Amino acid sequence: MNDMTTTNLQNPARRDFIVKTAAAGGGLALGFNLHGLGGDALAQAGATPEINAWVAIKPDDTVVIRIARSEMGQGTLTGLAQLVAEELDCDWNKVTTEHINPGQSLARKRIWGDMSTGGSRGIRTSQDYVRRAGAAARMMLLQAAADDWKVPVGEVTVDKGVISHAASSRTTTYGKVAEAAAKLKAPELKTIKLRDPRQWKIAGKPVKRLDTNDKLDGSKIYAVDVKLPGMLHAAIKDCPVFGGKLVSFDQSKIANMPGKPQALRVNETTVAVVADTWWRAKKALDALPTVWDEGENAKVSQASILKHVSSGLDSTDAFADINDGDVTAALAGAAKKVQATYAVPFIPHVCMEPMNATVRLTADKAECWVATQNAEASMATLSQTSGLPLTACEVYKMDLGGGFGRRGGNQDFVRQAVQIAKQLPPGTPVKMLWTREEDLGHDFYRPIQQAKMTAGLDASGNLVALDIRVAGQSINAFANPAAIKDGKDVRQLQGLWKAAGDAQFGYSPPNLRTEYAMRNTHVPVGPWRGVNTNHNGYFTECFMDEVAKAAGKDPLEFRRSVLQKHPKHLAVLNAAADKGNWGKPLPAGRHRGIAQFMGYGSYSAAVAEVSVSAKGDVKILRMVLATNCGHAVSLEQIATQVQGGVAMGISTLMSESSVEKGRIRETNFHLLHLPKIVHMPKVETVIAPTFDFWGGVGEPTICVVVPAVLNAVFAATGKPVRSVPLTGGLRLV
Amino acid sequence: MAKLNVNGKEHDVQAEADTPLLWVLREHVGLTGTKFGCGIAQCGACSVHINGNLVRSCSMPLAAVKPTDKVVTIEGLSPNASSAVQKAWQEIDVPQCGYCQSGQIMAATSLLAKTPKPTNAQIDAAMTNICRCGTYMRIRAAIHTAAGNREAAAEILANEHTVV
Repeated sequence: MNDMTTTNLQNPARRDFIVKTAAAGGGLALGFNLHGLGGDALAQAGATPEINAWVAIKPDDTVVIRIARSEMGQGTLTGLAQLVAEELDCDWNKVTTEHINPGQSLARKRIWGDMSTGGSRGIRTSQDYVRRAGAAARMMLLQAAADDWKVPVGEVTVDKGVISHAASSRTTTYGKVAEAAAKLKAPELKTIKLRDPRQWKIAGKPVKRLDTNDKLDGSKIYAVDVKLPGMLHAAIKDCPVFGGKLVSFDQSKIANMPGKPQALRVNETTVAVVADTWWRAKKALDALPTVWDEGENAKVSQASILKHVSSGLDSTDAFADINDGDVTAALAGAAKKVQATYAVPFIPHVCMEPMNATVRLTADKAECWVATQNAEASMATLSQTSGLPLTACEVYKMDLGGGFGRRGGNQDFVRQAVQIAKQLPPGTPVKMLWTREEDLGHDFYRPIQQAKMTAGLDASGNLVALDIRVAGQSINAFANPAAIKDGKDVRQLQGLWKAAGDAQFGYSPPNLRTEYAMRNTHVPVGPWRGVNTNHNGYFTECFMDEVAKAAGKDPLEFRRSVLQKHPKHLAVLNAAADKGNWGKPLPAGRHRGIAQFMGYGSYSAAVAEVSVSAKGDVKILRMVLATNCGHAVSLEQIATQVQGGVAMGISTLMSESSVEKGRIRETNFHLLHLPKIVHMPKVETVIAPTFDFWGGVGEPTICVVVPAVLNAVFAATGKPVRSVPLTGGLRLV
Repeated sequence: MAKLNVNGKEHDVQAEADTPLLWVLREHVGLTGTKFGCGIAQCGACSVHINGNLVRSCSMPLAAVKPTDKVVTIEGLSPNASSAVQKAWQEIDVPQCGYCQSGQIMAATSLLAKTPKPTNAQIDAAMTNICRCGTYMRIRAAIHTAAGNREAAAEILANEHTVV
């Protein structure tokens, strides 16, 4: 038996989570226990006064800021708290945060807005309403003090949560007036004047993360650590070949194994074993005789997929997104033509916390404890799969042990856990946990992609034509076909778009064409941190170095010559070049590469310094990344997200998910190699905000990492690197 | 029934002899700070100390751990996260998602026990745990900090971010 039968979910910082309902007005507050233990709304006298949905203040001046987005390490929790605290004018040292669950939000008509956390949107699409909430709370707190003192609110000031009336030398604190403030009418949010970001005192400053301490002593409870009374554990196996089916399994062969293992069919493709511990469930699953119908897909190989994808490089079925000038004529008339094809493979997300979910179902309640980037999608999946209405569902959001796009809209892990729970006695909690083999074999991979790049130069080496043909698998075709309009999946051309604002192509040769030919496979695909900017950035920026070389020009000068119409792209490139000492002498054996690209509303550029040994060992020694994300809210988080992006980028130089007999060959870390500390260069981040837009941070710098590194390798060897991961004798050390 | 000494406390665990120590710790002893990452001793998320030696517990069967062996997990490393390594991790804000950090801290502690002032090359050789968030730069700086080598830490973090 499992020796632990009691819950470990008694985290005091979260246990006292109290939410007043909108109807509560004053006096009695209705509280929800965050973790659903006890589950029901309970009456709480003397609860923390809620000033508005985002801000509650305790009598001891502790400021509780509600966070609706998911925290997966990216630091959004700290950044959002900084924005609220900035407008609230509270003492940053007294700020704590608490999570909002989707059922709580639904019960209050989605007052906390969009909870999904992807697309580098955590800050940029929340900033307006969370800042207004902070400002509104400040106004109500000041009004409450003014009312108490019977003075005009205009005579009252605040500094770090201490309210003063200079004329009468009186002071009070937020905690003391919070209860009165909670009863006041909220100001009209739209008319609130927000602070000029150039005057920020808490946001825009380097502050420490709010969520470090319990990650240092093992006390943080991730979804994988959830324990509930009477909980069972499930190990799971999906048909190794995508699209194959589960035929049968033989329970009798495991019936006598320890832990009372019970095999069950999860769905058409998947079998699970439920037992009293996960290890016993996993062992029994490994011993379970299982028959699969692998189907036609078992014949698919990496070679057959590559052939299929490359057929899109010259096909007539592509659509053109940008078609400026006359590319065909300009190339025909060019003094010099350069052409190259590039390729990227399927790439797995590899969250260090393997996929898991804990579900408890009764006749009238469905609950799920899960690490999710999209808690409302988790709840929708819980509702659809359990058959219970949304109002009978709750998802307890746990901080993620990695997300990277894997735990977003497609909640396969929640679906499976519910399908298992439905087959157990009502009220039996079950935690389903994947093995690493399951995780690497059943991901929604970054899609395989190739490009044929063609450039025309005039006699002076000016770029007169650029022709970009991308071919490969479409994320939308797999995950969201409705997003494809008239058969044109422009999402696959992310970073090559004409429109300003989100992922605009920076180069403006007089003749420019961008095209995409869809080549889908049987492999499931999905968004992977940085999504399509990663491969489009690699194709474009490595090719630009090849073209610059053919033009006899310096890579930076060559880029500058075609970026003149896009000053923000140019400025961030210059910032990286400046800090990266572009053009300055290097020690013998060191070489530089440069790249720029745009995605997620932010402008990025990088300079890499590498050495390449005679036997092909590539060592990345230094990287300078520049970003213009418009407003820089959390400097520490920007720097660490950029570092994370470097690690993510260089991982694609080391390994891939390749297809063998219809399944993924790289089943664990003995075959899938990820960067370790030895591979990580010194990273310097240049933050170059222009204060006129809100851009993302978590993803946009990744797409310049690989091209900057490979352009440095090109500078070192004279040979362009036209596919990743590194092959042909090159390897990252 | 097996006897196990974890963080100075004796535990009687009812687990099969081939159960990996990781799962004994997580499911029988109830200590979940030690994490499952790969199950094949490649990623280091499950790192613990046995008699002061760094061990990847996912690949260490219960039968191989003697009742007299002293197992130390992240929970038992120090009172209130007060070890030099944990304090350096806190000062430098190393963790992002945090999932691998128990293992990283156990590995760094083991390194410093043997090599009190490691060079960058010694850190590279000893620290083979995987962090998918990419906290490696700060891990390196925190190890130097814990070693009292503030100069080396400052060099790693120089120009970590510059606002222009």
